[in-house]
Amino acid sequence: MNWLVVLPVIVPFAMAAVTLCLRNHLRLQGRAAISGALVHFVVCMFLLARVAKTGIVTVQIGSWPAPFGITLAADHFSAILVAVTGILGLSVTAYSRAEIRVGMLAAGYQPLLHILIGGVCGAFLTGDLFNLYVWFEVMLMASFGLLVMGGEKQQLDGGVKYVMINLFATLLFISGIGLLYGMTGTLNMADLHFAVQQVEHKGLLTAVAALFMTAFGIKAGIFPLFFWLPVSYHTPPVDVSTIMAGLLTKVGVYALIRMFTLVFIFDIAYTHGILLAAGVLTMIVGVLGTAAFYEFRRILSFHIISQVGYMVLGLALFTPLALTGAVFFLVHNMIVKANLFLISGVCRQKAGSFDLGRLGGLYKNHGFITILFFISAFSLAGFPPLSGFWAKFLVIRAGLEAKAYVAAAAAIVVGLLTTYSMTKIWAEAFWKPAPAAESVPEPELDKQGPGQSDFWLYAPIVVLVMLTLAMGLLPGPFVNLAGSAAHELMNPGIYVEAVLGGGR
Amino acid sequence: METLLSVICGFMVAASLYLMLSGNLIRFIFGLVLATNAVNLLIFVAGRLSQTHPPLIDPDAVIPAQSLANALPQALILTAIVIGFALLTFVFILFYRAFQALDTVETELMRVSEPRQGRDAEEGGQAGVAGIHGPGGEGA
Repeated sequence: MNWLVVLPVIVPFAMAAVTLCLRNHLRLQGRAAISGALVHFVVCMFLLARVAKTGIVTVQIGSWPAPFGITLAADHFSAILVAVTGILGLSVTAYSRAEIRVGMLAAGYQPLLHILIGGVCGAFLTGDLFNLYVWFEVMLMASFGLLVMGGEKQQLDGGVKYVMINLFATLLFISGIGLLYGMTGTLNMADLHFAVQQVEHKGLLTAVAALFMTAFGIKAGIFPLFFWLPVSYHTPPVDVSTIMAGLLTKVGVYALIRMFTLVFIFDIAYTHGILLAAGVLTMIVGVLGTAAFYEFRRILSFHIISQVGYMVLGLALFTPLALTGAVFFLVHNMIVKANLFLISGVCRQKAGSFDLGRLGGLYKNHGFITILFFISAFSLAGFPPLSGFWAKFLVIRAGLEAKAYVAAAAAIVVGLLTTYSMTKIWAEAFWKPAPAAESVPEPELDKQGPGQSDFWLYAPIVVLVMLTLAMGLLPGPFVNLAGSAAHELMNPGIYVEAVLGGGR
Repeated sequence: METLLSVICGFMVAASLYLMLSGNLIRFIFGLVLATNAVNLLIFVAGRLSQTHPPLIDPDAVIPAQSLANALPQALILTAIVIGFALLTFVFILFYRAFQALDTVETELMRVSEPRQGRDAEEGGQAGVAGIHGPGGEGA
């Protein structure tokens, strides 16, 4: 039994249990949570190092051989995402020390946060379709809880819509699982790779592929299916938006990439053609949405959509370079997007609002956070030499090489439009003078616990900014890692061999 | 038998879609219940219906004497039922709380998190005016 693969899942659940027991001792609970997140981060890093060194690591739970038992498998792709999850989990837990309300802590914020992180890691690591469903549910339940915790009107409203559409996606997902099982008789993803090729009616399989595409598309927020995302992501406290923006949609993207590189590769022209169209439209519609709003987090929510488009585009082009780009983009986006949400929280705490109309003068009064925002925003927009540049460069270059000129052009234009919307935040929140003091502070602010120390507020942001800078200035090792991930994704035989042990 | 069950599944899904799309939270819950059950039936049918014996082997036998039922779909359905119940409970409570807070069960009237005008009406800052009539304002 290879514990290193199991630990990224076990540690957060253990911490959830511990923090739940400590719910009446908030000071102690905070310490336990942060040390738990630290342990989780270390474990994730070890897993990544191990996978980078020796290739795919698998575990057969209970020693049942692969197609029959439950498999956990960490290839490069999973390990990279688990590592980023570790980083984000640690950042958000640290940030919560300065930002979260006491009421939320008492209501069980920490246990739910850790269950969410554990669920995400489980979804990344599982090698079994039904378990993917279970991990999706674990993750969803935790996110439901976090989203409506506190019970503000806005949150309940956004929460209702989020829950409705996500439950529907879940139903589609499990119908797909049932039909796929009926056709192939297996649920192990590696085994499915072979079983799918033996199905006679490829048309039926394509229908199932469409079911999966819709289900994961809803979770990822791709083009016609994203409306739930900007409704809900700007309603909860900023820590919750951060972890959801950083992780949840990315799990949908992960599932899409995993299924459409490993299992549904029998009719690439059709399935990946749809994905290509969806990816391009997602990018464009998402970035146009940002133009319409004047609320910090709503703009950022629409950005998530447009950037999911790039990742789906990378998958749809289906070349090694494109997948390298998609993986790199995933990592870049998880870090930068989470960071921007954290920064929006700082702006709220310093200036009193998420509304760009009420914000102002942040550059004058809080120069440090302005620099941090500047770097992250430029990274998101894709300016060299930051991480976003390389991410976009890889995807666009792959598009040109694959002769998908429209897609490449769209990617470039969307990059420019992203800059426009970032300029809007910049001009409104940071550059223009602070609005007159007569504007009443938002009432919810009064219930906020005192920001104990700016250290916890800034430390995670600084670390994440350093990471973007590192990914931008020294892209080599990161691109190489993403390249190994793409290599494994393009050659599913490696994954299958590692899981089934070459038994077929 | 499989044909009959498949047709029933289809009807259940159709009815549940109708209920879920009607824009009323109570109807949505009933639609959800129907849909979960339809999906469970679907897995059941997909796992083949047959008149066989329970998957148990005599203590001294190595190979089962007669054809056995496939236990996996049942295990899957059982898991799905448990998860479905948990979600259903959560949905009930969430919708009840939403009803208390928002005073409506019609989703069309729930616009708190997405007010129809990009921002609150009472503050007509010059900068915000341009943002009011943009695309994407029709969320939900």
